[in-house]
Amino acid sequence: MKNQIIEPSAPPVVSDEMDYDELIEPVDYDFGLNRRSFVQILGAGLLLVVSAPALAQERGGRRGGPRGPRIISARLHIGTDGVITVMCGKVEGGQGARAEFTQAAAEELRVPISQVQIILCDTAVAPDDGPTVGSGSTPRTVPPIRQAAASARELFVDFAAKKWSVDRANVTIRDGKATEKDGKRTLSYADLAANQDAAKELNQAIAPDVTLTPVTEWKVLGTPVLRPNSRDIVTGAHKFPSDMSRPGMLYGKVLRAPSFGAKLTTIDVAPAKAMSGVTVAQDDGFVGVIAPTTFLAENALDAISKTAKWETTSQPSSKDLFDYLKEHAEGSVPSNPFADEVSKAAKSLRASYQVAYAQHAPLEPRAAVAEWNDGKLTVWTATQNPFGVRGELMRAFHIAEDHVRVIVPDFGAAFGGKHTGECAVEAARLAQAAGKPVSLRWTRPEEFTWAYFRPAGAIELEASLDKDGKLTSWHDVNINSGPNALESPYRIDKHQTRYVASKPPLRHGSYRGLAATANNFAREGFMDELAAAAGADPLNFRLAHLENPRLRTVLQTAADRFGWRLRVKSKSPTTGVGLACGTEKGSYVAACVEIEITKDNQIRVRHVCQAFECGAIVNPGNLYKQVTGAIVMGIGPALREEVRFENGEIQTTSFRSYPVPRYEDVPTLDIHLVNRPDLPSAGAGETPIICIAPAIANAVFHATDKRIRSMPIRIA
Amino acid sequence: MDATITFTVNGKPRTVTTDPRRSLLDVLREDLQLTGTKFGCGEGQCRACTVLMNGKSVASCTTAIADADKQSILTIEGIVNSGKLHPVQQAFIDEGPFQCGYCTAGMIMGTVALLKEIPQPTDADIVSKMNRHICRCCSYPKYMAAIHRAAGQTRKEAA
Repeated sequence: MKNQIIEPSAPPVVSDEMDYDELIEPVDYDFGLNRRSFVQILGAGLLLVVSAPALAQERGGRRGGPRGPRIISARLHIGTDGVITVMCGKVEGGQGARAEFTQAAAEELRVPISQVQIILCDTAVAPDDGPTVGSGSTPRTVPPIRQAAASARELFVDFAAKKWSVDRANVTIRDGKATEKDGKRTLSYADLAANQDAAKELNQAIAPDVTLTPVTEWKVLGTPVLRPNSRDIVTGAHKFPSDMSRPGMLYGKVLRAPSFGAKLTTIDVAPAKAMSGVTVAQDDGFVGVIAPTTFLAENALDAISKTAKWETTSQPSSKDLFDYLKEHAEGSVPSNPFADEVSKAAKSLRASYQVAYAQHAPLEPRAAVAEWNDGKLTVWTATQNPFGVRGELMRAFHIAEDHVRVIVPDFGAAFGGKHTGECAVEAARLAQAAGKPVSLRWTRPEEFTWAYFRPAGAIELEASLDKDGKLTSWHDVNINSGPNALESPYRIDKHQTRYVASKPPLRHGSYRGLAATANNFAREGFMDELAAAAGADPLNFRLAHLENPRLRTVLQTAADRFGWRLRVKSKSPTTGVGLACGTEKGSYVAACVEIEITKDNQIRVRHVCQAFECGAIVNPGNLYKQVTGAIVMGIGPALREEVRFENGEIQTTSFRSYPVPRYEDVPTLDIHLVNRPDLPSAGAGETPIICIAPAIANAVFHATDKRIRSMPIRIA
Repeated sequence: MDATITFTVNGKPRTVTTDPRRSLLDVLREDLQLTGTKFGCGEGQCRACTVLMNGKSVASCTTAIADADKQSILTIEGIVNSGKLHPVQQAFIDEGPFQCGYCTAGMIMGTVALLKEIPQPTDADIVSKMNRHICRCCSYPKYMAAIHRAAGQTRKEAA
């Protein structure tokens, strides 16, 4: 079969990059004049409502319009040493962006990857490429980098043609050099940079119609390029945000409330002030300490914490969570519009699924180093949204955009959990009080408590079958966790899916795959229930309702490689197999699993066979790691990870009470990457996580005939 | 009351005068600027902070600096030999198991200790000895491959 090559011809317009639950309410710090006047007026018994126009502007600025620079020199710089520096506002948190961007530039410039260096987000020099979210770097940032690089390459052709007074067609760019056809003359990118007139040409616009290298001719893209700063990672030389050091730097700690909604009424900060070298920062409810060592800062914080008095309010608890979410559903839970279909159906089913809150728990907790110089602020921090964090700092300190610089060194993971800048704002407030640079590194309990959470969800489903086992209606309502991948990929004549917001008891936000895990867990579990009701094999039942060829391919690939048809026939009370499939953000995934149920009713995942397709593969080595990591990470919330809380107090604040996957949890993995060089590349950081939980629940049913409809999946 | 701690770090004698209750991790990072060793949890649950004390893997976050007095400490910065990567580091570059890389220094130090104890570990040995190391990117299968590769390289260099 001959594949048609489809190449992006223009930078895609980013119409709606931030998804529903990627928009997270930042902690609304205000350390400017308004806050002081607010406190004073409140002290006099008056109430003042402060609006936040800057916040609204910032929000508005996030949506719509193309991202990235229009001119070549704002995207890349060619040094007189021939080194090409690509500037990009995205960040590296382990998803592999640095390698991919290097490949993209090297491919189009026709240079070795060693000739390319990438500056990732430094708001002073990098263009705003939007937040690093939603698997967006591959589909939305790789193409504009390729376009800028290809535009520079074409200027290099112009330069050589002019220099040699030959036709452009006689110039070939290869291995970092321009070579004259049938001639011996060559020029390098360094020669271009050294020529002032030619270098000036780089200030022209990125050509929207420039020819990009077709997939069939890729030499660098499509290969397993390693992360460029690998050596610094294995030697410990790389400075993560937690490792940044500035001359005279001190260490900070921030006072935290004992529970959500608690308000500080009084505190005596004298014990901290009495400690040598300790400074206290106090601003309304915000209290922090700064000291020459973390240990002393902790001691100072302990001393004043004992004097703090809090006014607490009653808060929800996780044991009542799902009733609470349903009770607080906005506009109540919609009823099934296909009641007629259900009443006349040969069979119908109704079920409620539940997904608990989960925490990202990146291995590097939030960290920031802040430094003030002449009213200007520089912050080194970990965030997926550097320009958004710059906005948070501008609002909190009432300073102009050109007074704030946010630098994001490659950091210790996020998984959707580092969109906001609370730690950066806190570090800046402490640095302001100390008059010196301050490093603030959240503790693990702070990260487990005060970071935001993957939303919990209550999902209500109802569907009907005709006498031939064909689905005739489908109604699926997600309460609270979000609309991602809620739409069913199956062909059903009458179907409706609805997302209903609730009043979340915890501050929630993005997570790898967002609500696609919750919605896939419910839908793929319910499909299994319907297959059983129809007396059909789970694979056959899905295929009978599935038209999308890409999803069919991954489902059939996973099933074939797993040996589904044979393995589904043998079952025992301690061993079961299950499968699930789904699509999200333009990529396709299916998983078959085998589980074992131990004597003490624990579930062990023994084997996972997963097929994944995301268009043309940009970096197979990195993709393999993303898929591997997503499967193993997904086993955590599938089987064990659950945020528990009681009256506003988080109870799972360590890796003991919140057990994430470890070496011992890794099953035998068969990963099949389906390459589609004929299709545009989609991102792959998230979607490979969405099938593991429903496949496990379906395998439990296969073994035990027990249907588990909640995550974490537990056998009572 | 501050105490004077004399110990060896990466082969060099070091002396610090500090509160003896501080963690070895904090002293390495804040006093000796050896930031290759990472803070992950502060309670010995994730092993991002792994260093070798007298050749044995320890969690530096739960080791008081007082307990390091007169001891020999090896950190990630100390295993490079005259600019040449340690075979475990080289294996970890060749296999490229890390994603974000924050657990990597701890994994490498844990592997150095593991291979000293069991030069040719089986999968079961690796799971048993390395299970206390968390990789939140969950790149464990690639780490297993990197550890096996490191065992092979160590064997080659010894031959």
